[in-house]
Amino acid sequence: MNWLTNFVRPRIKKLLQPREAPDNLWLQCPNCKEMIFHRELEKALHVCPSCQHHIRLTANQRLELLFDNKEWTEIQLPNVPVDPIKFKDLKKYSDRLKLAQEKTGMHDAAIVAHGNMGKINVVVAVIDFSFLGGSMGAAVGEAIVSAAELAIVQESPLIVIPSSGGARMQEGVLSLMQMPRTTVAINKLREKGYPYIVILTDPTTGGVTASFAMLGDIHIAEPGAVVGFAGARVIEQTIRETLPEGFQRSEYLLEHGMVDIVVHRSDLKNKVVQLLSLIMRPDPAAPILPLNKNRKSKLFESIKSSEHNSNSNIIDPSIPDTSLFEVDGNDNKN
Amino acid sequence: MHFLEFEKPIAELEGRIAELRHVSEVAGTSITDEILKLQSKATRDLKVTYQNLNPWQKTLVARHPDRPHFLDYANSIFTEFIILSGDRGFSDDKAILGGLARFKGRSVMIIGQEKGHDTETRLKHNFGMAKPEGYRKAQRLMKMADHFGIPVITFVDTAGAYPGVGAEERGQSEAIARSIETCLNIRVPLISIIIGEGGSGGAIAISSANKILMLEHSIFSVISPEGCASILWRDGDKSKTAAESLKLTAQDLKKLGLIDDIIQEPVGGAHRSKEEVFKKVTEKIDKNLKELIKVEGGQLRARRREKFLAMGRIEKKNLSE
Repeated sequence: MNWLTNFVRPRIKKLLQPREAPDNLWLQCPNCKEMIFHRELEKALHVCPSCQHHIRLTANQRLELLFDNKEWTEIQLPNVPVDPIKFKDLKKYSDRLKLAQEKTGMHDAAIVAHGNMGKINVVVAVIDFSFLGGSMGAAVGEAIVSAAELAIVQESPLIVIPSSGGARMQEGVLSLMQMPRTTVAINKLREKGYPYIVILTDPTTGGVTASFAMLGDIHIAEPGAVVGFAGARVIEQTIRETLPEGFQRSEYLLEHGMVDIVVHRSDLKNKVVQLLSLIMRPDPAAPILPLNKNRKSKLFESIKSSEHNSNSNIIDPSIPDTSLFEVDGNDNKN
Repeated sequence: MHFLEFEKPIAELEGRIAELRHVSEVAGTSITDEILKLQSKATRDLKVTYQNLNPWQKTLVARHPDRPHFLDYANSIFTEFIILSGDRGFSDDKAILGGLARFKGRSVMIIGQEKGHDTETRLKHNFGMAKPEGYRKAQRLMKMADHFGIPVITFVDTAGAYPGVGAEERGQSEAIARSIETCLNIRVPLISIIIGEGGSGGAIAISSANKILMLEHSIFSVISPEGCASILWRDGDKSKTAAESLKLTAQDLKKLGLIDDIIQEPVGGAHRSKEEVFKKVTEKIDKNLKELIKVEGGQLRARRREKFLAMGRIEKKNLSE
């Protein structure tokens, strides 16, 4: 792992790789049903140009949106028990896992990476909803714990970007225990004094909101994201009433005091960097604290820093450009 | 007494015994032998049935309407229980009750979900399903106990946190998250007993404890078997299968290393002999409290944290056996 393999090789690879033509040139906005040309959509960071609906992103697209020059280092997460209760419904959980792995190319729903954001070294954990609904089992718990530990080692802020249906029921009470587990990790980080920012994206509910996702120093939400504890359907069944318009959306949460700011995707990185800089650089004349020393922990090995952005082509969202996201069909077709 | 579906044969036997007793009293004929024979058969059947309860049957026992609830424990195994109310922000949620009390002379803070035992009390306590203000009251009481160095004992009995508009509006998730956080941060002993239903986030909110104990026929689950069945099987009738898959019994969870101890129930379940349950629970609280009270506050907190941090790390504990 050095500068050459990390940065140069992926760049070369990217240059040599022919850009794949997207399967669907036109995509339909899931909200207003408007047909959008894929290039338009990429340029708009997957925000519908006509209704401003923020379309869900994959974990990698999230990282591309935030890290400087789309460069980051993903870390290898410790192993967790696979299928701890040998769960089977209509399908075996182990088969569902394999299927999700094949579909997304991810090992589990969360990845952890570190890199620069506005020249500040940050650790980011992101949960991908397309992997079993972003549900939290031991692996997602481990990602949050590892991310917090890495942030402590690197003396860096932690940014967590959840999108999750909640606890992963196929792991039984072990998944429930990830709620206190991640809470411990976040508390240890907070005691060290490093900032913890949560970027709430669509949708985030259940055991994830009821633990680390609601414990941030600052809560940012993307417009229109559904964020809540109970699912809307469960509530409707309980109270036997239709829910009000905008219920559990970011703006509703803002109004009820659960999030600090609702930020448009095009302004997201700027806002995060600005906040981090205000927190960590109270005196502009002083150097940025905590220092980015690029320290490496024995606990964490970096992995495939070259692979993750080989298929991506996003630039700093603050600078308009014509080549932004590659359309990743999985999440955006519907 | 309320009988569960699978208790029907036993209920019939007990009915016959009662009938015979009545006949023998009225007619003055002695059929004691017959009664004794039936009685011992009923006891045997009850024992066998309860030794072999499947996870779904345990779910039904855990929800048994006659099962002792939090207030029964509070008023039986503690003295001087003074209920402390309110979250100091919005209201008093009676789904979670708590207050100071004495346990064998020692001051303790007890907190628990109360389901209620008839229509009126069930409504009053919202069936044990707490709203944010309930979890905020729990936080307040735990912090108070921490401040005064008083051990905390929580009693878990809830289907889950209440899913409603007001609850969401007032931040149900944040309230639960902070409640978990408070459990993990206090520097006094925290013992949690699952006395009936340990329903998901609403349960873990007050049970991220040094010791998690479960009654023999209680359940602890990430989702109700019904909810799980409707999501994964798309069929609400598959609750029994879901209950089996979820590994929600005390015995399974002990095996998985996710809870610390099991409290034996009397033959036929806690509702058959409340006094016996109170005695057993008292013994276990006493044992665990004596152990924890010797530990320094910072250590208590550190151990509690490490315990949860290890839940899911393979190198420390292999959960799949």
